[in-house]
Amino acid sequence: MLTDYIPLIFMVVFGFGIGVVFLLAAEALGARRRTKEKASTYESGMPPVRTARERFSVKFYMVAVLFILFDIEIVFMYPWAVQFKELGSTAFVAMILFIVLLLAGYIYVIRKGALRWD
Amino acid sequence: MMGYEFQFILPIILISFFSTSAIVIDAIFLRNKSIGFYYSLAGLGITVISAIYSLIKANVALIPLHHSDRLITKGMLVFSGYSAFFDIIFCIAGILTILASKQYLIREYREINEYYSLLLLSIAGMMIIAHANNLLVLFIGIELMSISFYILAGFFRNNLRSVEAGLKYFLLGAFATGFLLYGMALIYGATGSIGINKAGFFMSAVGKAPLILSIGVGLLIIGLSFKVAAFPFHQWAPDVYQGAPTVVSGFMSTAGKAAALIAMVIIIRPLVPTDIDHQQLKQIYNGDTIRLIIGLISAATMMIGNITALVQKNVKRMLAYSSVAHAGYLLMGIVANNPKGWDGIAFYAVAYMFMQIGAFVVISIFERDNEFNMEISDYAGLSKTHPVIAAMMAVFMFSLTGIPPFAGFIGKYYLFASVIQSGYIWLAIVAVVASIISIYFYIGLVISMYFKEPEEKIQQADKGLSYITLGIASFALIIFGIFPSFIINLSHRCFNLFLF
Amino acid sequence: MHELIKFVPLFPLIGFLVLGLFGKYLKKEALIGAIGSGTVFGSFVISLLIFFDFAAAHHEKPILVPVYKWIETGVLNINISYQVDQLSILFSLIVTGVGFLIHVYSIGYMHGDRSYYRFFAYLNLFIFMMLNLVLADNLLLTFLGWEGVGLCSYLLIGFWYDRKFEGYKITWTGDAGNKAFIVNRIGDFGFIIAMFLIYNEFNSLQYTQVSNLAAEATMQYFGSGTITAITLLMFLGCTGKSAQIPLAIWLPDAMAGPTPVSALIHAATMVTAGIYLVARNSVLFALSPFSMEIVAIVGIATAFFAATIGLVQNDIKKVLAYSTVSQLGYMFAALGVGAFTAGVFHVMTHAFFKGLLFLGAGSVIHGMHEEQNIKNMGGLKSYMPVTYKTFFVATLAISGIPFFSGFFSKDEILWMAFSNGNVFLWLIGAIAAFFTAFYMFRLLKLTFHGKERFDAHHVHPHESPKVMTIPLIILALLSAIGGFLGIPYALGFWFSHQPNLLETWLHPVFSQAQAILHRTEGHQVHSIEYILMLVSVAIAITAILLAKRFYSDEKWSVPKALAGKFKPVYNLLFNKYSLDEVYYAFIGTPVFKLSQSFLWKIFDVKIIDGFVNGLADVTVSTGERIRRIQTGVAQNYALLMIGGIIIIIAWLVLSY
Repeated sequence: MLTDYIPLIFMVVFGFGIGVVFLLAAEALGARRRTKEKASTYESGMPPVRTARERFSVKFYMVAVLFILFDIEIVFMYPWAVQFKELGSTAFVAMILFIVLLLAGYIYVIRKGALRWD
Repeated sequence: MMGYEFQFILPIILISFFSTSAIVIDAIFLRNKSIGFYYSLAGLGITVISAIYSLIKANVALIPLHHSDRLITKGMLVFSGYSAFFDIIFCIAGILTILASKQYLIREYREINEYYSLLLLSIAGMMIIAHANNLLVLFIGIELMSISFYILAGFFRNNLRSVEAGLKYFLLGAFATGFLLYGMALIYGATGSIGINKAGFFMSAVGKAPLILSIGVGLLIIGLSFKVAAFPFHQWAPDVYQGAPTVVSGFMSTAGKAAALIAMVIIIRPLVPTDIDHQQLKQIYNGDTIRLIIGLISAATMMIGNITALVQKNVKRMLAYSSVAHAGYLLMGIVANNPKGWDGIAFYAVAYMFMQIGAFVVISIFERDNEFNMEISDYAGLSKTHPVIAAMMAVFMFSLTGIPPFAGFIGKYYLFASVIQSGYIWLAIVAVVASIISIYFYIGLVISMYFKEPEEKIQQADKGLSYITLGIASFALIIFGIFPSFIINLSHRCFNLFLF
Repeated sequence: MHELIKFVPLFPLIGFLVLGLFGKYLKKEALIGAIGSGTVFGSFVISLLIFFDFAAAHHEKPILVPVYKWIETGVLNINISYQVDQLSILFSLIVTGVGFLIHVYSIGYMHGDRSYYRFFAYLNLFIFMMLNLVLADNLLLTFLGWEGVGLCSYLLIGFWYDRKFEGYKITWTGDAGNKAFIVNRIGDFGFIIAMFLIYNEFNSLQYTQVSNLAAEATMQYFGSGTITAITLLMFLGCTGKSAQIPLAIWLPDAMAGPTPVSALIHAATMVTAGIYLVARNSVLFALSPFSMEIVAIVGIATAFFAATIGLVQNDIKKVLAYSTVSQLGYMFAALGVGAFTAGVFHVMTHAFFKGLLFLGAGSVIHGMHEEQNIKNMGGLKSYMPVTYKTFFVATLAISGIPFFSGFFSKDEILWMAFSNGNVFLWLIGAIAAFFTAFYMFRLLKLTFHGKERFDAHHVHPHESPKVMTIPLIILALLSAIGGFLGIPYALGFWFSHQPNLLETWLHPVFSQAQAILHRTEGHQVHSIEYILMLVSVAIAITAILLAKRFYSDEKWSVPKALAGKFKPVYNLLFNKYSLDEVYYAFIGTPVFKLSQSFLWKIFDVKIIDGFVNGLADVTVSTGERIRRIQTGVAQNYALLMIGGIIIIIAWLVLSY
């Protein structure tokens, strides 16, 4: 039973390991020369003049949240698509319902102007 | 089989359809400010009719759940008399609230259609709770209801109190949900199933239930105690009910509470030995401890709620505290865990819905800016300036106190009788003492309305559909108070079908 | 057909609701009157239909028609359910029939009153409650009706709440209403206790069940203390409602209400509720010989004393009130000797003639512009011919002149008192009958005959409108011929084997009780019955002639001389045996004193209030303290939640 989870554990260890390895490699192999330009926020372009604690327009958040929301949709669809034949018509109807629900939200978002930038 | 199942599942399909399509309708008819009002009323009306139909059907036949793999819902939903019964309660509470909301919203804020779709969504969540036969479905229902409530509580986004209420409710609610979910996980771990009844069968099969099962049940009770606002998880309730839009408070504290209670019944009924069956489980499972804990929670809740309500000067806050106390009364039915207790919960949920929504609607008629005209002193002499409203408010107060012949009395009677029947006499005594304390502030308001001279500033009352809500509520309280047998017989039949 | 019984009480209820809620907006008196009397007429028609149906079907057993489950607690289940049997049909016919006539009469009598709709609303409510009382199949529903009619009585006695009314310690009509209500409470107390005892003994409050259980265990229950206690307490309730000694004092003051109310409630229907209750529970009473004796003695004593008071009263309604008390005494005497049919028979005839007498008195008062003292009347015969003639018929009926209704019923009671009781009961009853005939003819002479003693310049007596006189005529017909329903065997044996139709009709209701009392319906002719009949007729005629002689003389020299000669007796009677004063001195004042000096000032203020206020202070200060936990900071709330969670989980782990 627990053996079923071995690939999962392996994946977690592997993913985590790659991150750690690359970080350590960059630290060990990379050259370090600190200059003023390098420490500034944007190396190229206008130098920052005011406080960094500024309020962003709510539009940024809206777009971000909506992106995540509709992105997740795809995540739900992957397993369904892989198992499409085995799951049969019930799952197909369920998925249609799911997409219709998302569509309802999508219509709402567009009509309320959440995606309008100005 | 499918058509047969369909007639029971229809109320849930309908409410889900109307709650989501309400959003689309709102988006399509952007200019029309009242379409949400009419659409949601119509939707609830249709849903309630289908729920009544399925209630009638459910009294004749019940889907045999042991054939659940042949069902579309695979036994995740239960279609029983009691779920249809509670569907009807939720829909009627929604209708009463919506009727009272229109004028209130226009005056206090502005009427926007999202309000109605959120209300419908929360009702959808409650109905899913009432039909849940599976811990995950239960969780989805609870969250759907709660998230809608978080938003509704903070609906007046320009009003600090309302925003504070919404945020507080959300933070603490999320905190409690964690425990709820953890409890479900533990139950799954112990029994290997998320089906509620499967868990129950598991318990009768094994010799001695594992510890994590009883901790899981304990955590579930903690999470649900938060939803019903029981001590010591009640502290959000006064702040939220006071800050939220008044009609929403009325709705949250009645329908929301009833939904959390039916969730408790659903969980406790198979997991904890009752008086009537599972007798052999008493030896292998510490269900009595769980009942004792709920009993103590119930006793503390009603005492704390009533004693704190005693010193409130603001009527809305007083009702908020008293709603905490009423959660305590309702929990007695869970403690009893016998048919009489369930009848009591069902009847009291109905009566409480009418009296609490009615009382909050009366407040909503007079208040200004979610803050003013809510003191008890503002109600002085109301019987002279607004005799009809004062009379109806008096009916609500008497019923909340539990004075015959109003419905509140009958509900309390059944709850008290149920705990006495199951041997928790001390709890009944505490409840009686708590009720006596509550007389002071409920009747205090009536005295203020009837025996004090009106103040110089004259209260302005709204005109509008709220009066329909008030009329229905006070009429129902009197009728069900004098002829309680209709509801009692109905709920009795419904819960008799509580077979798995 | 009997299913329709539900609608009998429903109609007056609808009438009450419509008039009570919307009466204010109904401007036309005719419309209000039509609704008020129409609903009662509807009930009457349905009662008649049920009566014919029932009579044709020859039902031996009562039919129970459940309407609604009222109280359901597992142990105690009470239905709102009606019992259709011979007794309840008879009573509902009397209530709706006579009630309808009085409603019609009121249309004229109450003309121009500022609370016209309120009056009819109350009357309809009364009919509804009275029907519940007589149709109920269980004691609790009867009690509901019992209290309901008491409430209506109270509301209607004080209907003209701002009018003065004279009486002992009474200044307003409302005080009279209070008196009636309070005196009745004493009786109701008995009723309630009796109900508890019955439930305790039989585990049921349903008449049929209780009667059957009691009748089955005759040996066990006969003369037992329980049954005696139940019946005596129940009879206490009856003495309250039916104004018998010792609770008779409220009825004469109840005359403060409008005259149709006196006719309907305080003569024809409500006051007979006591008779109904005893008749309905005849089995229980039959099982307790002691209670039966008490009922008979109280009844005959009331009949006698009230009749003596009636001899000297001058207020037309007071005379009739005492007459009512006296006649009710006869009925109880009949019940007490086991002659249930005779008692119920007298209820019926009394409803006819006493209703008529009150309505006639109302017509007189109406025509005389609210004058009630008969010493200021006289000679009204020519002004009010219809009223006079109908009043005369009723007077003949109550006096027991042969072949009028009162003759049959009263004679049956007297004969039963003689044959089943003893000669003293008969003797006192006969003397009371003598007084009855005397004071009634005194009333008739003083009111309608002789010289006109009123101030003809200011008072112009006139006949009442048709809407008032037609009910009078109908009631007069009934008073004249109503008695033929109960022809005694001794007079009717030559044409029928069962001449007493009422007895045949009621036989199934009382058969159980009769069996317990070992009564067979004696269908033999006793020569002594004829002698007694002749004696009582002779008594009536003597009294009438005497009254005629006394009061034909315009100076009333004989009565005045008698009053002078027997001054103490006269004063005693005139002051109604000083009963009010005695009650007040021995009960009223001590209770007041005790309440004021001890119960209020010491027990209530010091002990109860001190305790309650102290408790309240403790609670409030606890509340203030608990309120401080409610900081308003969400983190603190979460902290308390964590505390709770830890305790609960720890408990679960430790108790595992």
